[in-house]
Amino acid sequence: MKITFPHLGNTFIGVKVLMEDLGNEVVLPPKCSKRTLEIGTKHSPETICLPLKINIGNYIESIEKGADTIIITGSCGPCRFGFYSIIEREILKDLGYDVEMIVFDPPDGEPMKLIRRIMKAANTKNPYKIIRSIVRGGKVLQLADELTDISNRIRARAVNSYQVDTIMDKFEKRVREVYGVKETIKLLKNTRKELESLEIDNKKQPLKIAIVGEIYTIIEPFANLYIEKKLGHMGVEVNKSLTTSQWIKHHLIPGPFGSKEEKEKWKAAKPYLSTLVGGHGRETVGSSIIYAENNYDGIIQILPLTCMPEIVAESILPTIQRDYDIPIMTLIVDEMTGEAGYLTRLEAFVDLLQKRREDNYERILSRS
Amino acid sequence: MAKKVGIPQGLLFYDYYPLWKEFLNELGAEIVLSNKTNKSILDQGVSNCVDEACLPVKVFHGHVNELKDKVDYLFIPKFVSVYKKEFVCPKFLGLPEMVKNTIKDLPPIIDIEIDLRKSKYNVIKAVIKAGKYFNPNLFKISSAYKKALRYYEEYLKLLNQGIIPIEAIKMYNSTLKKNSSKQEKSLNIMVLGHSYNIYDEYTSMNLIKKLEQRKINVITPEMIDSNKARYYSSKLPKRMFWSFGRKIIGSAFTIIEEQKIDGIIFVSSFGCGIDSILIDIVQRKAKEKSIPFTLLTIDEHTGEAGVNTRIEAFTDMIKWREKNEDNIPTLG
Repeated sequence: MKITFPHLGNTFIGVKVLMEDLGNEVVLPPKCSKRTLEIGTKHSPETICLPLKINIGNYIESIEKGADTIIITGSCGPCRFGFYSIIEREILKDLGYDVEMIVFDPPDGEPMKLIRRIMKAANTKNPYKIIRSIVRGGKVLQLADELTDISNRIRARAVNSYQVDTIMDKFEKRVREVYGVKETIKLLKNTRKELESLEIDNKKQPLKIAIVGEIYTIIEPFANLYIEKKLGHMGVEVNKSLTTSQWIKHHLIPGPFGSKEEKEKWKAAKPYLSTLVGGHGRETVGSSIIYAENNYDGIIQILPLTCMPEIVAESILPTIQRDYDIPIMTLIVDEMTGEAGYLTRLEAFVDLLQKRREDNYERILSRS
Repeated sequence: MAKKVGIPQGLLFYDYYPLWKEFLNELGAEIVLSNKTNKSILDQGVSNCVDEACLPVKVFHGHVNELKDKVDYLFIPKFVSVYKKEFVCPKFLGLPEMVKNTIKDLPPIIDIEIDLRKSKYNVIKAVIKAGKYFNPNLFKISSAYKKALRYYEEYLKLLNQGIIPIEAIKMYNSTLKKNSSKQEKSLNIMVLGHSYNIYDEYTSMNLIKKLEQRKINVITPEMIDSNKARYYSSKLPKRMFWSFGRKIIGSAFTIIEEQKIDGIIFVSSFGCGIDSILIDIVQRKAKEKSIPFTLLTIDEHTGEAGVNTRIEAFTDMIKWREKNEDNIPTLG
């Protein structure tokens, strides 16, 4: 059994470690590239959203490398992600690929079904072993997400921000080569040290921009055209409203009671959007408000074209922009997104925030 | 003076209007309906809605914009779920909020929440909340609802008999029932899609009438027995969690399995998230059973001539297929 899975930001590091810890062979999909997207777009339904297209590209590139089993998570609505597994299976079947797909759908009244699937994917029936590996994988993932956060913070402040990219690129290459929990954690810690030893320009006061929106396009850097890097080089500190390790904290660990952080977002969103709208629509509204209250300079919402929950959020965000006096920009990505136009919009937005900040200082100075 | 309640003629209007109307009328409210969709409503909708929303949502915004100055209340219920463990489209879940945040100077909105995910008795709460706007008497509210429900069942029966909603709305409460004079029609074509796309005469460019003029018998998802549709949709490898999806998939599968159909036209609005999945599923099934299938995508720019040509080509293709050869591909 050679296991593969779709890319989602740092997730591959955690899942790879988890599977290796269980003694399974993992075929990592190659890093998302133009080719991935091209393959995906060619074989997917035309009007489906971007994540599915990239997923299909990931699968096919992994199958080319020898994978024969795909593991993915599922959901039960109302976002169309719940039907990804059905469509993807049909597409791969039509293309003549003989692969098995193991889908971790929420239990939906049949917990045994999910447990059996987990055992099948884990290739062992020992629950202790599975849980131990999941905990280890989770820890590695958490470290990886922390590393990304640190790199974002340092990129905005470093004397030479491109050094951060060099270190992170090296890390990304190395992390595919190391095997198992110990080596991965060692690599993560070393990279962190390397980043922290970079020279920092203490005079810089970076702008703070929050990124909210649809989970896949926030987390997968390829889908959002490496927005963190782009903004980082402009001297902006980026904070994302969702990461994979946070998603795990929200959905897997708290079990049936829900997580505190997520409930806070819902509470914040309540005056604007009182019920769920599927996906992370409500969380987008909630976290925008929380970011605004925490004195961020601006917010960027990213969504794949035709994403239903985020469109609802998008129509509510202008009211938040007015009520909290914080600029919010919406960026929509799909397979046709051009990099130059995207960059121009980012630059214009950052310029606007810079100007706002200067105006604010002037106002304060003239008052005193 | 009776309070005026505005009902926009869009989205779920085609599914529930008789129920809403009878209920509100019974409680002494005066119903004000927006005009049928036309160019000016569409334009108002496009300029009053986020660009990325789908056509029916934009049209709905247009209807709201037209009504807002004429009424005391706007009736925009928030549909979360109409069946156990199922959802409607995510955009409906946030519809009142979308309207509130994009259109200014609105009258109060009656945005009762209808959420039957956990229990079907939740509807009682919503009914009472809506009724209280007009009459505090619980007994009166419940009898009004029961009465409205009776009319609504009558309406559903009419739809099942193959009468399209716009016609059925006119006749469900009159004793005079038109005997649907079924002429011998040559072809049976199913027009598939959300009710607000296929029945809106303006945005669908009169598709149903056009087909009927060509002596084609039109079948829509509303005409299929809902129990059958539920049975066939349950054959999917995963539970369909959208109510609309279940209706569309179920009715399409019913009619494909029973081989009562010569072709399927799927009307979808550009950017519809649910349709992007449904089209794929129905198309695969149609291909498997060699049923001709075509997709009409509508948006605010669709030109009528192009649609006409495609309908003509599709029906001609089916006719040739019947007459001469059976090797014409099913996916035109």
